Amino acid sequence: MSEMLLPSLILIPLATAAIIAVVPSFFDKQPEKTEGFYLPFSGLIALAGSSLTGLVSFYVLAEFVVGEGGFQFTSTTPWVDSVGLSWAFGVDGISLFMVVLTGLLFPIALITTSAHHDSKAYHVWLMMLMAGSMGAFVALDLLVFFLFFEIVLVPMYFLIGGWGHGNRIYASMKFFLYTMAASALMLVGIVSLVWLTSGADGPSFDYRVLLEAVTADGFAAENETALTFIFLSFALAFSVKVPVFPIHTWLPDAHTEAPTSGSVILAGVLLKLGTYGFLRFGVGLFRDQIETFAPLFLTLGVIGIVYGAAVATMQKDLKRLVAYSSVAHMGFIVLGIFALNSQGLQGAVLQMVNHGLSTGALFILVGWVYERRHTRQIAELGGLQKSAPILAAVFTLVMLSSIGLPGLNGFAGEFLILLGTFQSGRWWAVVAVSGVILAALYMLWAYQRSFHGPADGENAEMKDLRPYELAGILPLLFLIVALGVYPRPVLDRIEPSVEALLQTTEERPERPGVEGIVAAAEEAEEHGDDDYGEDSHSEDSGDDSHAEDKDESHSDEDQSDEEPADDEASEKVDQ
Amino acid sequence: MIEQLLQVQTDSPEVAWSLIAPLVTLALGGILLITISSLIPSLKDNWFPAAFTAGTAAAAMVFVVDIWDRVSSTGPEFVVANSMSVDQYTVFVTGVICISVFLVSLLFHGYLQREGFSGPEWYVLILMSASGGVLLASAEDLIVTFIGLEILSIAVYVLASLHLRRGESQEAGFKYFLLGALSSALFLYGIALTYGATGSTRLTGISQSGLNERGLSPAVDSSMILVAMALLMVGFAFKVSAVPFHLWTPDVYEGSPSPVVAFMASAVKVAGFAGMLRVFFVGFGPYVEDWRPLLQGLAIASLVVGSLLAIAQSNVKRMLAYSSITHAGFILIGIYAAADPESRSNGGVLGAEAFLFYLLAYTIMVAGTFGVITLIGRRDDGRHSLDDYRGLFKSNPVLAVLMSALLFAQAGIPFTSGFLAKFRVIAAAAQSEAYVLAGVAMLASVVAAVLYLRIVVSMFLVDSPAEADEPDALPSGLSAFPLAGVTAVAIAVVATIALGVLPFGQEILTDAAEAMSAMR
Repeated sequence: MSEMLLPSLILIPLATAAIIAVVPSFFDKQPEKTEGFYLPFSGLIALAGSSLTGLVSFYVLAEFVVGEGGFQFTSTTPWVDSVGLSWAFGVDGISLFMVVLTGLLFPIALITTSAHHDSKAYHVWLMMLMAGSMGAFVALDLLVFFLFFEIVLVPMYFLIGGWGHGNRIYASMKFFLYTMAASALMLVGIVSLVWLTSGADGPSFDYRVLLEAVTADGFAAENETALTFIFLSFALAFSVKVPVFPIHTWLPDAHTEAPTSGSVILAGVLLKLGTYGFLRFGVGLFRDQIETFAPLFLTLGVIGIVYGAAVATMQKDLKRLVAYSSVAHMGFIVLGIFALNSQGLQGAVLQMVNHGLSTGALFILVGWVYERRHTRQIAELGGLQKSAPILAAVFTLVMLSSIGLPGLNGFAGEFLILLGTFQSGRWWAVVAVSGVILAALYMLWAYQRSFHGPADGENAEMKDLRPYELAGILPLLFLIVALGVYPRPVLDRIEPSVEALLQTTEERPERPGVEGIVAAAEEAEEHGDDDYGEDSHSEDSGDDSHAEDKDESHSDEDQSDEEPADDEASEKVDQ
Repeated sequence: MIEQLLQVQTDSPEVAWSLIAPLVTLALGGILLITISSLIPSLKDNWFPAAFTAGTAAAAMVFVVDIWDRVSSTGPEFVVANSMSVDQYTVFVTGVICISVFLVSLLFHGYLQREGFSGPEWYVLILMSASGGVLLASAEDLIVTFIGLEILSIAVYVLASLHLRRGESQEAGFKYFLLGALSSALFLYGIALTYGATGSTRLTGISQSGLNERGLSPAVDSSMILVAMALLMVGFAFKVSAVPFHLWTPDVYEGSPSPVVAFMASAVKVAGFAGMLRVFFVGFGPYVEDWRPLLQGLAIASLVVGSLLAIAQSNVKRMLAYSSITHAGFILIGIYAAADPESRSNGGVLGAEAFLFYLLAYTIMVAGTFGVITLIGRRDDGRHSLDDYRGLFKSNPVLAVLMSALLFAQAGIPFTSGFLAKFRVIAAAAQSEAYVLAGVAMLASVVAAVLYLRIVVSMFLVDSPAEADEPDALPSGLSAFPLAGVTAVAIAVVATIALGVLPFGQEILTDAAEAMSAMR
């Protein structure tokens, strides 16, 4: 039973897609104009299938053993033995919430949006997208992960190209080619890694086997150059998917032109594939390389935060604004990952969930505004608060969560990320904090322009939320508040896996050659700070250093006392 | 030597018919078909020739299975005075060629009816050409190789120009013939030089003369053999349309009748690759260090040129011609990895598996793709511009979905045989530490994806122009298309996805790959 749990997350949506495909489109005839809740027959099947998948994912969440860092619900079915391929699935605290997020967002996207034509094909693609995203998050075989990582491009491509707005064909091609080009080299990287680690048992693509091989004594030092190249091939693929500045340019186009459901899934689920990849495979398999390149990615993350926010401020199109805010938020997540300590990683995972909830909700809201007003230009909107008070209230809540207001979910994640980054790279954190302020600026300004003020013309007559729409978005609102007030249950599940991820890599012998970082770490060590060079604390056991971590994180004054010495350390890291 | 020749003539060799049964079946099937059709003329206009050809391919396939079992237990068998060898490699390639013949014969049926041609000659030529391909794949002597190559090619020259109403078809046939003749001449010159250098045209003889040759035995003129190898390589490169010997491909693919292109792109290429591999593995195995770099050059050139030039095209057949050039680059990488002298034990087999799997997957994909093109071409087979595919999803959703599945498979999207084929090639290349080659291949496949996406965009995302009153508008509904052709395409799609998801046939592949690696 539990063996089939994760595969069923993939198979149920796939079967749903097949059922929709064979049901004659005769049943799908859409009535002329409908007010109120309406789903065509194919949509009902899709809703049933995705809800069932969502329920299975909640069941996984409920059955997940808290406090264990390893993979649970694992199953392995051999595929191509000669090269060591297998259908290996499993979840840990990191992928668990991605699975749940996927299981939650798809049914919500189905309720809150609808296809304006060809609803049958639309729902087939959505269900295939769900199967692909689920597969990527539960796959433990590196190649199977790659398969799902790639296959999600196809349904998304059709969703953007077939049901998108204005420049949809350009946007869908750009989306497809950008991401495919970036991940092409990852395939070479994956097979190279597998051959590099291939031992007496023959090659294997299983993540757990690979992890064991790369953490073996001396392996990382021996194959440093090869691992660096392989890491770069992985990093490129994930960076485009995240997207990291400066290779984010496909995202605003794709988001703006995509249909609402496409944007919700793209922001909520697909972007997470990039950060998830960094977490699972980057931090797991390439710790040395991650450390070497951390300053680069921290810098790019910070640039993403500031740049995304600055560009968002200038946007005239509400949806494009949300898209650029996505770039900024994903920058935060990158920052958290490359902080490479427990708080940072936990914050990153939490923020991945938060971003999925709040940006997903924002896209749904913008979609509703567009559906009612047929424009997304901020200049043409105004005074919507008067005509649609409930919509405005919901928008306010979601917007505040996106800004990171304390008490809502965005705050918890960003706070943890900044906390983690502050310990490993103080100046990056300092600059990143400005992103929170900028977020308040662009969000509030956009809200002010489109919801406040006098309402004229069509703006005055805009319809408020229908009950079913409110019901559809309510789960997101609930989670936005709940995770903001009490994120502990989520963090309890994330923490052991994050610790395990850091643990495996800390046990590795010290690696020479990164003088700058090691020196910085030593410098920091004198002041009791915990910098990158955790591997230089060879006498410290992993647990001790984490205990240290926590003590510090709970007493911010300690750190500000040490500021002068720390500046030196950070400067050295810069060099 | 003359005495030797006489001896061969007087002692006519013993022929193990049962081992060359597929070859004989294909050739005999062609002869029988033309005989029956001449005796009973009423048969030639209906389903009979197509069914007979498909049946012949199926019968040959039965023999393939039987011989597979035999050579699995006995090991490679040399037949007809050692001029042909039957091993698992040959049998595998024969099977692939039979699959191609089967699919193509189904495509021909509706095509000929639509174009108003009658007569069995199309089918006869296909069967003849296929028998040449089988001969080419199993030839152990350069002379036999040449005979196989010519039987394979000449039939296809005729097929290319057989659409009598289309000027482009005549032009394509003529062009193909001229360049084919040139490549044959070069090939023959290569054989002559090989004979001059080694004193043998027999592949084993050639390799034995070179065995002690890495230190250069005085008997072998090494510069002469280098030139000979280069010429032979060029001869094969023409057949498989590897850059820079690809110039005929776009024109010929565009002009030739569509189902003929399906055959050309699948069986002819497979046979060309199979022959190339046997000649170089068996005959020039000791010189692997000399010819392996050539493969690398051809592969990179094919990948880069094929994928880049495809973008500029607006004719679907030309696009797919360039895509077949890109595929040739991938297959060449498979050979390159299989020929890796460093990892004879393991890496070679992996490369061989990649090569053979690619041949199989590619044959099915490309036959299916050109199958859809055949169905959509309308009368006179001339409507192949990208615009003619606009709105296909609206008018014929099933065909559009089948076509896009095949195109995505060619692009190497996961859960299709196309992905697994590319993955195997990349894995083999990485194991031979040909990282640059692997990287170029993957990037080329991304560039090539543009062309597949353009076709998909045309079918799905662009509405068809208002052409309701156009006389030869594409009929909507699947029933308007010939059942046999649709069946062939459906088989191709099912096989493409099944090969990409299910792990069956792995032992077969490994056995054939081991036989292939053992040839070196």
